[in-house]
Amino acid sequence: MAQTQSAFNANLKRYYSFYTGGFIAFVIVLAILEQMGLPNKIIGYVFLLATIGLYAGIGIMSRTADIAEYYVAGRKVPAFFNGMATGADWMSAASFIGMAGTLYLTGYDGLAFIMGWTGGYVLVALFLAPYLRKFGQFTIPDFLGARYGGNLPRMIGVAAAIICSFTYVIAQIYGVGLITARFTGLEFGVGVFVGLAGILVCSFLGGMRAVTWTQVAQYVILIVAYMIPVVWLSMKHTDSPIPQISYGYTLQKVTALEKELNDPNSTRGAAEASVRKIYLERAAAAEAKLKALEAGGAEYLATEKAKLDESAQASFPADVAAAKAAWTKDVSTNKAKAGPVKAHAEPFQGKDEAARNTARLNFLALVFCLMVGTASLPHILMRYYTTPSVREARRSVGWSLFFIFLLYFTAPALAVLVKFDIYAFLVGSSFADLPAWVANWAAVDKTLMAIVDINKDGLVQLAEITIGGDLIVLATPEIAGLPYVIAGLVAAGGLAAALSTADGLLLTIANALSHDVYFKMIDPNASTTRRLAIAKGLLLVVALLAAYVTSLKPGDILFLVGAAFSLAASAFFPALVLGVFWKRANQTGAVIGMLGGLAVCMFYMYTTYPFFGVNAPQWFGINPISAGIFGIPVGFLGVIIGSLLTPAPSREVQELVDHVRYPNLEGNT
Amino acid sequence: MQVTERMQEYWSRNLRITAILLAIWFVVTYVASFYARELNEITVLGFPLGFYMGAQGSLVIYCVIIAFYAGYMNRLDRTYGVHEEDED
Repeated sequence: MAQTQSAFNANLKRYYSFYTGGFIAFVIVLAILEQMGLPNKIIGYVFLLATIGLYAGIGIMSRTADIAEYYVAGRKVPAFFNGMATGADWMSAASFIGMAGTLYLTGYDGLAFIMGWTGGYVLVALFLAPYLRKFGQFTIPDFLGARYGGNLPRMIGVAAAIICSFTYVIAQIYGVGLITARFTGLEFGVGVFVGLAGILVCSFLGGMRAVTWTQVAQYVILIVAYMIPVVWLSMKHTDSPIPQISYGYTLQKVTALEKELNDPNSTRGAAEASVRKIYLERAAAAEAKLKALEAGGAEYLATEKAKLDESAQASFPADVAAAKAAWTKDVSTNKAKAGPVKAHAEPFQGKDEAARNTARLNFLALVFCLMVGTASLPHILMRYYTTPSVREARRSVGWSLFFIFLLYFTAPALAVLVKFDIYAFLVGSSFADLPAWVANWAAVDKTLMAIVDINKDGLVQLAEITIGGDLIVLATPEIAGLPYVIAGLVAAGGLAAALSTADGLLLTIANALSHDVYFKMIDPNASTTRRLAIAKGLLLVVALLAAYVTSLKPGDILFLVGAAFSLAASAFFPALVLGVFWKRANQTGAVIGMLGGLAVCMFYMYTTYPFFGVNAPQWFGINPISAGIFGIPVGFLGVIIGSLLTPAPSREVQELVDHVRYPNLEGNT
Repeated sequence: MQVTERMQEYWSRNLRITAILLAIWFVVTYVASFYARELNEITVLGFPLGFYMGAQGSLVIYCVIIAFYAGYMNRLDRTYGVHEEDED
């Protein structure tokens, strides 16, 4: 057995070395073709088709009819490769495209995501991965079912796994649709279904086995795509190929520029001040219109509309409610733009000490929820069932974090480098002679890049630029002066990140339904063929349903992702951890803890998130995205109190806990 | 399968190292973030320290914690004879 495993490992290393070399050669060939005049649109298509074709190839080669292969990749994925697969599984479109942009826009406060989404792996390593691997079944509800007994804990686990994975998968398919649409010119709706095909070819025939090996391939693409532009940009600004170390000095320059732009006595600061003054006047004008609307109502609206010419009338608000909404928005956006430049490195900004303390509390709460959520998301925990041993599972968490760390360690550097480029070079340049990348992106998508000469001085001021977060990663190749082929590569990387995460999530949902609901509860005598047929059928249904919901474009994707973490943390973490570390925990406790945690978390989100319209006061000023900060303690209390009020679990269960705690109980010394 | 005293010792050593590493994790994450403004007064490699801890420093320490735990526990398994059989 050991011999075949090590031969298998050696083969894997050979395959993936060839693969990485081949991929780099492919990019170089495309770069040469671009120099020879291959149009950009064709390059975009070639990247899309070549990478999806590649994933399909791996998916078909990994097809399987074996239950253990389908659910846990035969439990022979070495630590190193499981680390890569977990990295791809974990890093979504939001990490790949959105993270650096969030950091660009929010500075220090965005670091909550960097710390939260990496530090959670410490909890995975210390509390869950080795024990789940020793338990060695197929899904996370499996563990709840075996440890707490009866179908109720398993059923709650299934429901919670579906709730958080489904909200998360919608955000991924949305990302796939956006990237496909942007780089091929297809409609968003068509892009969603093209992406769906890409997701299904990876997972349909081979389940976990196919998903694992495509995720490794996807990781290679996404990390190469992320690093090349950043290293290039770093060479341009710091003369060092390791931006993660050298960008401290760039950050100092950014801080100096922020001070200059905020100082009305400097030339550039005075120009900024003149733009801000115009924004303030616009805000005041909008406020005046709101006041007049309050007094005059529909009549006032009609007279104002009559004053305009026909083309302006078309975009004029249709009724009082629409006018009120539009003008209120005018007031707030103009006021926001009139504010001074935020300091990138300064934590917890606010107008007074109380506001700063609330900002700090929210930062810490968000970090906590993201960390505990990381250690509770079933599609990640499931990956540690696939290693050959407990020993490999422990190492595998280390490799996972290392591969995730490579990207997360780089994102803050990228944000600062781009910020420096914009503050130092774009600001102050002439509107007649804008850099090509600014003009290109402003033409493609106004939400990503909009630039208007507000004060008519012919020069660009920072306050005249509006940037969408996603621009940072997408435009870096052009800012760094790289050929289009690298922009195509970045798109392929973003696609790989979104596809790999979507694969893992869909498989989690389909497996919870086919294994936990169908096989464990409905028909325990089902044949292997039948179980696999059900699993694959459900995968298809869930995928189509998710794509359908995505094509409706449900609002506020970012909130959905954050909510998934708080929900998973409140539902799973207490029951899983106490299940291993506290023998006394029993079924009643688990049921009360899981339901209680989930209920508190959902209740808080429902009452405080503006979308639901309740708008109850927040507890301690905590934002709804961090609802888990209340759900998690309630979950722990629920398990503890519920267990102590009822009898201790049976001997068999206590023996199961011992079985999980020791990698080998037989003792072979 | 009887859990002997020696095995209980293994488990309590596991709990101890888990608690120590968790304490380090807590300090690096929450204490450092709580005092981020104060730490920003100190400059390291050109970075304000509070910012550096959030963006880079804490990540490196997380990697070290996990690698150390894996190495420590895999050795502990052997010392207490609870390691898996098919190890190379």
